[in-house]
Amino acid sequence: MTKPIHIGVLTAPGSNRDGEAARAITMAGAEAHIVAFGGSLDRFDGVVLPGGFSYGDALGAGMRWALEVGDAVRAVAESGRPVLGICNGFQVLVRSGLLPGAGFGPVDDDAAGHAPARSVTLTANDHGRFVCRWVSLAVEAGNRAGIDELLPSVLACPVAHGEGRLAVRDAATVARLEAGGHVLFRYVEGTNPNGSVGDIAGLCDTSGMVWGLMPHPEDHLSPAQNPFPHRPGREGLALFEAFVSRARAN
Amino acid sequence: MVALRIEVRGRTVEDGSAAAAVASPGSEAADPARSVSSPSGVELRRVYLLDGDPGPEVLAALCETVLADAVVEQAEVLTEPPADPERVEVGFLPGVTDTEARQLEAVIKALGGGDIAAATVRAYRLPGAGPEELATLARTRWANPTIERWALGSLPAPFAPAPVEHARVDTVILDGLDDEGLLQLSRQRLLSLDLTEMRAIAAFYRDLGRVPTDAELETLAQTWSEHCNHKTFRAVIELTVRDEHGEVVSTETVDGLLKSYLRAATDTVAKPFVRSAFVDNAGIVAFDEQWDLAIKVETHNHPSALEPFGGANTGVGGVVRDVIGVSARPIACLDVLCFAPLDTPDADVPDGVLAPARVAEGVIAGIGDYGNKLGLPTVAGAVVYHPGYLGNPLVYCGSVGLLPHGAHRTGPQPGDLVVVLGGRTGRDGIHGATFSSAELVTESTEVSGSAVQIGDPITEKATMELVCNARDAGLYRALTDCGAGGLSSAVGELGASTGVRVDLAVVPRKYPGLAPWEVWLSEAQERMVLAVPPEHLEALEGLGDRWVCEVTVIGAFTDDHRLRVDHGDTVVVDLPMDFLHDGCPRRHLEAVWQPPAPGPAVEPAARPTASSALLALLAQPTVASKADLVSTYDHEVRGGTLIRPWCGPRAEGPSDGVVLVPLECWEGSRAAFALGLGINPRYGRLDPYRMALAAVDEAFRNVVAAGADPDQVSLLDNFCWGNPTLADRLGSLVRATQGCHDAAVAYGAPFVSGKDSLYNEFDGVPIPATLLITALGIVPDRDRTAQAYARAEGGDLYLLGVTEAELGGSFYHELIGRSDGTVPGLPVGDPLAVHRALHRAIAAGLVSGVHDCSEGGLAVALAEFALAGDIGLAIELSSDALAAHELLFSESSGRYVVQVAPEGRTEFAALLGDVACRRIGSPATDQQLRIAVDGEVVVAVSLAEVRAAFCGQEVTS
Repeated sequence: MTKPIHIGVLTAPGSNRDGEAARAITMAGAEAHIVAFGGSLDRFDGVVLPGGFSYGDALGAGMRWALEVGDAVRAVAESGRPVLGICNGFQVLVRSGLLPGAGFGPVDDDAAGHAPARSVTLTANDHGRFVCRWVSLAVEAGNRAGIDELLPSVLACPVAHGEGRLAVRDAATVARLEAGGHVLFRYVEGTNPNGSVGDIAGLCDTSGMVWGLMPHPEDHLSPAQNPFPHRPGREGLALFEAFVSRARAN
Repeated sequence: MVALRIEVRGRTVEDGSAAAAVASPGSEAADPARSVSSPSGVELRRVYLLDGDPGPEVLAALCETVLADAVVEQAEVLTEPPADPERVEVGFLPGVTDTEARQLEAVIKALGGGDIAAATVRAYRLPGAGPEELATLARTRWANPTIERWALGSLPAPFAPAPVEHARVDTVILDGLDDEGLLQLSRQRLLSLDLTEMRAIAAFYRDLGRVPTDAELETLAQTWSEHCNHKTFRAVIELTVRDEHGEVVSTETVDGLLKSYLRAATDTVAKPFVRSAFVDNAGIVAFDEQWDLAIKVETHNHPSALEPFGGANTGVGGVVRDVIGVSARPIACLDVLCFAPLDTPDADVPDGVLAPARVAEGVIAGIGDYGNKLGLPTVAGAVVYHPGYLGNPLVYCGSVGLLPHGAHRTGPQPGDLVVVLGGRTGRDGIHGATFSSAELVTESTEVSGSAVQIGDPITEKATMELVCNARDAGLYRALTDCGAGGLSSAVGELGASTGVRVDLAVVPRKYPGLAPWEVWLSEAQERMVLAVPPEHLEALEGLGDRWVCEVTVIGAFTDDHRLRVDHGDTVVVDLPMDFLHDGCPRRHLEAVWQPPAPGPAVEPAARPTASSALLALLAQPTVASKADLVSTYDHEVRGGTLIRPWCGPRAEGPSDGVVLVPLECWEGSRAAFALGLGINPRYGRLDPYRMALAAVDEAFRNVVAAGADPDQVSLLDNFCWGNPTLADRLGSLVRATQGCHDAAVAYGAPFVSGKDSLYNEFDGVPIPATLLITALGIVPDRDRTAQAYARAEGGDLYLLGVTEAELGGSFYHELIGRSDGTVPGLPVGDPLAVHRALHRAIAAGLVSGVHDCSEGGLAVALAEFALAGDIGLAIELSSDALAAHELLFSESSGRYVVQVAPEGRTEFAALLGDVACRRIGSPATDQQLRIAVDGEVVVAVSLAEVRAAFCGQEVTS
């Protein structure tokens, strides 16, 4: 009997895919705890920031939640426990500077010496609209999270977002993301839903402990949920199993 | 105090326009709703006005992190409005909710910048444009005067000294008013009461020996409004039916439409799965042993006409609260929209009416915004285009919820506390109930601005979660939502059987300065009212902290059967419950139904070929693909959507019904549920009775095609009609209601909820009589469903059901310019037989695909089935007594195209019994749809042609 693994599923006012994330974590063999706004994260072996519209996306998707939980989540990652941000959770990780993370990229010269300016962001989709559709996701070989061996080569799941376009300051940033092993997932088979640069759908940080992606693998846990059984692309459960096994390894 | 402004603009200017780069925060709420036909080259900037200086560090954080996304945007702080003649600024009117500004205030405070008021403004820049062009764009595209103000150049900061709170209660003199005086008072105060009702009120106060307060009069008007009281559906109606020459065919007295037809049908079919019908905010039916489903469909037509985004946004919010109001956890949304054609020329759009494209864009964005932010899948819907909706579009919003069996409590006790949850009260949405009971006229945008509410889905989400927790902990004895009429209606309803006393002075306000009657009537959104035993208050307040949701005690239930409202020491309302709820005189109305004189039954000079007619029908906006629209709604959240609005390998095929498993129910039974919709306003002009039969059949076959058991289907009725005090409008309404009854009885399907929206007229012209039927069906086994696409290996195709010459009101007749003909009704013989047969086949796992025949008939069904499956079909029909165009395009009810695998053919035939069924063809080896009639090929089109017609130019993978 292995020791029970406890995963915190964090929420802010407006989070809404916490239920599915908790179900995915449970199916992956851990105990999921949906955590009210605020509260200590010390008791968890890892945390998930689920999708939704924290604070209604006012002031930019994930901005307010990032101000609120950025430091606490950074502490989780720095203590060697994994962090997974999905959709709005991914936006929070990018806005709080956890992705692509410390050590990535120089401080921008224009930023007048204040907080390090980000060189990667998630912004409005290129078509300017919210989009919900199924995509195919390829896990990037050689990513720093080291999970490419644990996942099927292609996952299928839906996206549902208005601000999911990964944008960068300059072309060199993409090259550094790729060279540094920060690319975790890419949209494949022409399914890029938002104009993300390099078809990038997910990132990880330098430590390999912080993972983020826009699509929703938690909405594809069993074959019954898949509208495209003939397309390549398997259930998203494997990602959560990889996450739980990382939490267990700690 | 210094007023600062922070301007945010795009860093990268692409194609001469920075709009794409800067349209992010709040943009879905703020901007696509206004983007229709905006000229290119417009730059949109976000402007934040601050009523004070939070200090350099906070300003730097705001500019570099919080308000601007440094990768794509830049921000600057200005101490003066810029002198910029090429811009228009748009901001909210005072009193309109500015959610983003409230969030900004919270962030400034959290960063240590203190309490500083904020406001948001959008700045549109168009280099080279003159003031006249800018003003025109502001008026027609960028600003909506219902909720917004605008200025050329810069808007002045909106920060004014807080108005002083006042508790003045005015009285209204009724004594001495003659009939004309009473009617004039009703009009002036937007009471929407008729003479009999005004007289009843005058008599009541004469007997009482006092004058009414303003709030009492308003309370009576709200409670007695068409919206709350359904006066027309309770009225005694004298119906005269004439033939098309005007000869009287029959007369009858209808003792209430609701009682005689809708409730009567539910009573007659007496289904044990009905838990609650017509008595509460939503209908409740059994899902499985443990769980029940709640369902409600509402309309939000008039608010959406004036402020499309806000009207549709709060339409979703309102119907979701109806579902919360029966203690259910909302789990899905649906919406049905009726617009005038989007290409209606500006010159044809009357003054006071927004262009259809602008209405559609705003409504669609508003629905998506609210459902998406609540985390509810928006899964079912339809869009109907007809010129008759130009002045009065229709927005139906529906919601489904889940509750443990028996968890809804409805009995407040004297001594229970009256608790308000959720949003604060402001001046928004005053007179919504009475406004919805009046016709729209050109001046409506000016007199009824306060009738439009602004939504805040995040507060609704908190309220929803809190109520679910409170339900599970047994913390309340009754609840309802604040909908039309606000607190007046919610408190008055909850206390109807006991009596209730509340103090408006303690109701949390968004801002000071509201008069007591405004607090009482406000339709500010996202509020629920609960009856809470005092011993549970502390636990409820704990849940308020958990969900960041305000919980306020405003009074208590009494045993005196009176509605007593105070504002501190001032009495605002003191009315006996019996007069409030039973004092409204029953209406006596005249109704006449006379079918239109037969139109010219002339053959068109050149009938189009069947191939070209088919392609034209596929491109008809009502029939054509809505996939792009649907993709702006999150139909996947909660992970339980098994059959989606679009199906097939390329997600190009329109599904009949959708199927969902509630997130809470994966581990329980095998059950799922299906939703289907029936609407066809084109039938109503010819025959509203048969329109109702056909709408019930359409909704019914949608859910059955998806896998629902035809013996476990519940129905909802939503009537949108014109002014019911006019005999012709009412005659059509009575006939449709009779059709609803007869169809429900024939199908053994109870009505469990319904709603009427009447007075849908613009400047005296009614909308097409529009009946929406919603079906909720239980799918016994979530693995035994069927989808609307053909499969190459799926086997032969069959046509189940009988085609009659029923082209009346069809799209084919519209195409060839004919206005006569027979409207489809119910299938001949035992109408249930065909649906039961299909269900047996689906439940036995024999069906590889099924699609129902609806708008455009068999030909359109086959084309959609082929396109969805991305395979050609070879079809051979025999005409029997029908002409080829009748066979192909008649819209007869009760028909399905079914694909059955070869190994299941024998069993399929055995399951059918004597239900009409013919083998009509098989998948083709090429990408062609070929239909032969009696051996002659009449339709030969490629899938590429079908795709181009159905999907338009925007074909997406």
